[in-house]
Amino acid sequence: MYSRAYKTLVSMPPLLWVGLFLLLPYALMFAHSFWTVQDGVVVHQWNLHNYAALLSKPVYLEVLLRTMRIAASVTICSLLLGYPLAYYLSFRAGARKELLYQLVIVPLWVSYLVRGYAWKTILGSEGVLNGFLQYLHITHKPVAFLLYSPFAVVLVLTHIYTPFVFLPIYAALEHIPRPLVEASEDLGASSVQTFLRVILPLSMPGLLAGATFAFVLSLGDFLAPLLVGGASGTMIANVVQSLFGAAYDWPLGAAISACILILIVSLLFLTERLEKRWSFK
Amino acid sequence: MNSSVASLAQAAAPADGLLLEVRGVAKRFGVRDVLRDISLNIASGEFITLLGESGSGKTTLLRLVAGFEQPTAGEIWMGGERLDTLPPYKRRVNTVFQHYALFPHLSVRDNVAYGLRVKKTATSEIGSRVEEALRMVKMQEFAESRPSKLSGGQQQRVALARALVNRPLLLLLDEPLSALDANLRKQMQSELKALQRELGITFLFVTHDQEEAMALSDRIALLRNGALEQIASPREIYAHPATAYTAQFIGQTNLLRGEIRGGIANCGVLRWPLDVPDSLAIFSLRPEAIRLCDGGVRQNDEAKFRASIRQQLYGGASELLEVDCGAGQLLRVRISAREPLSGEHEFVFSIADAIRVQE
Repeated sequence: MYSRAYKTLVSMPPLLWVGLFLLLPYALMFAHSFWTVQDGVVVHQWNLHNYAALLSKPVYLEVLLRTMRIAASVTICSLLLGYPLAYYLSFRAGARKELLYQLVIVPLWVSYLVRGYAWKTILGSEGVLNGFLQYLHITHKPVAFLLYSPFAVVLVLTHIYTPFVFLPIYAALEHIPRPLVEASEDLGASSVQTFLRVILPLSMPGLLAGATFAFVLSLGDFLAPLLVGGASGTMIANVVQSLFGAAYDWPLGAAISACILILIVSLLFLTERLEKRWSFK
Repeated sequence: MNSSVASLAQAAAPADGLLLEVRGVAKRFGVRDVLRDISLNIASGEFITLLGESGSGKTTLLRLVAGFEQPTAGEIWMGGERLDTLPPYKRRVNTVFQHYALFPHLSVRDNVAYGLRVKKTATSEIGSRVEEALRMVKMQEFAESRPSKLSGGQQQRVALARALVNRPLLLLLDEPLSALDANLRKQMQSELKALQRELGITFLFVTHDQEEAMALSDRIALLRNGALEQIASPREIYAHPATAYTAQFIGQTNLLRGEIRGGIANCGVLRWPLDVPDSLAIFSLRPEAIRLCDGGVRQNDEAKFRASIRQQLYGGASELLEVDCGAGQLLRVRISAREPLSGEHEFVFSIADAIRVQE
């Protein structure tokens, strides 16, 4: 058994870390959300003006809804890409499994910024894709919606977060005992039936974890909209960024952040409960 | 037992006679020959056991019949239909897996109903057949439980019900009892045997436990390094092992290596008359074929020898002696339990019990 003093000693650094770099900033953020700015100075007077502003000015709600739409699209697209990929690797890839797994992981080592800029050069009006389309005479002038649009944001975020969706699904699939698949076939189930009745339900925790990653990470993303979003692709994090920066309205930015935080925490709470319901260990 | 058994049995057996034919089947994984030229006929209603050490190919043969592996050569036929070209889900064969492979996300009832559901059986029929199957393995009261809440023996019963509810022509059992503790294992053995008798379903059972094979089977197919060593009833295979390997694998035995010359078998210190042409020979002499016979008279068809007691292992009803016949020749002798022995004693065995076996 460890002594009390020892236990206190080893638990101090993590507690300090969490306290200083997580709880304290959150407390400051919440405090700010109840203050206001007057003449470029934060006035420490408790009120609900910021939250009232959020509800009364439709622009914030609009951006928030767009953000959630984009995040939902990214989630669906990355699930549609990530799940079949994970399934193929886990069940069908055979000897190529290790290599393919590495190929999925490698993009994670490349900087987000580099990947974002790469998409810019692909999607831009002078970009690779437009050049190609015109070369093939499919289009005669550059297709505009490819870049600086919600479409571009969804595309880039899907590209970036698909590995995050793939990983938990792949882990869940790898944990399905293979005799269960054989038992299903043995009992007369075709491959499709086996997938729907055994593999899909047993991979639900991984699927939920992956979907949560994609949704939550997209919801808070500000780089992709900054790089390829344009005005129509602005997301809520960009609004927060400008409020904390150029617009200098920390209290309003803090209020928006608080709302997003509450949204995400309740979402995580919900998916965790769902994941528990779907795990049968 | 009850009506459920009758209705299950009725669908199980077509006509008496040949059910499964394994014709010259071979299986190769990479450069390794796991099975070599296996031919085996299984009669309808038979309880046949594939017995062998790990790596002997017994599970691979079972998986070939189930359809989880494809044979490299040869064919498998069932009831006049080519089986090895069908996918597993089209075979009227069901499997009880080694670790049961129950679906963890389904209740006991849904596990048992699985096979009927995927085959789109009418809901009312599913209900009654699942009930029957659960009653048959005495698991009705656990119908709503998840498999993880059940003990090993209970999971075993559910696995059995899940397979049998589909009325297979052939039930494959892959070491189904190996995960159970000794007492439960004995009990499940007798239940399994009773179930098989009453249902009349053909059982193809895989085990590495020769005692289990002997207790349950109508016939035992002994596999060794991917080839069939011997197929015979338990009594036959025990009394007349064809090879030294079989003699040693099934039960305990004394292998006597020696030669026959001039009508006398010479195996170390032991010798007895045997009227066959001169040659080298191996004999299997079971420990219980040797009797303690101090001062007794040797009959004409018996051989007698003196040996000193090296060890006496008490085993309740019987005990096993390890005796030294001299010149380092050790034999095992099983006798009824008695008081401790020591020193030199006389032993006798019937010449007919020294079974000549192949290498």
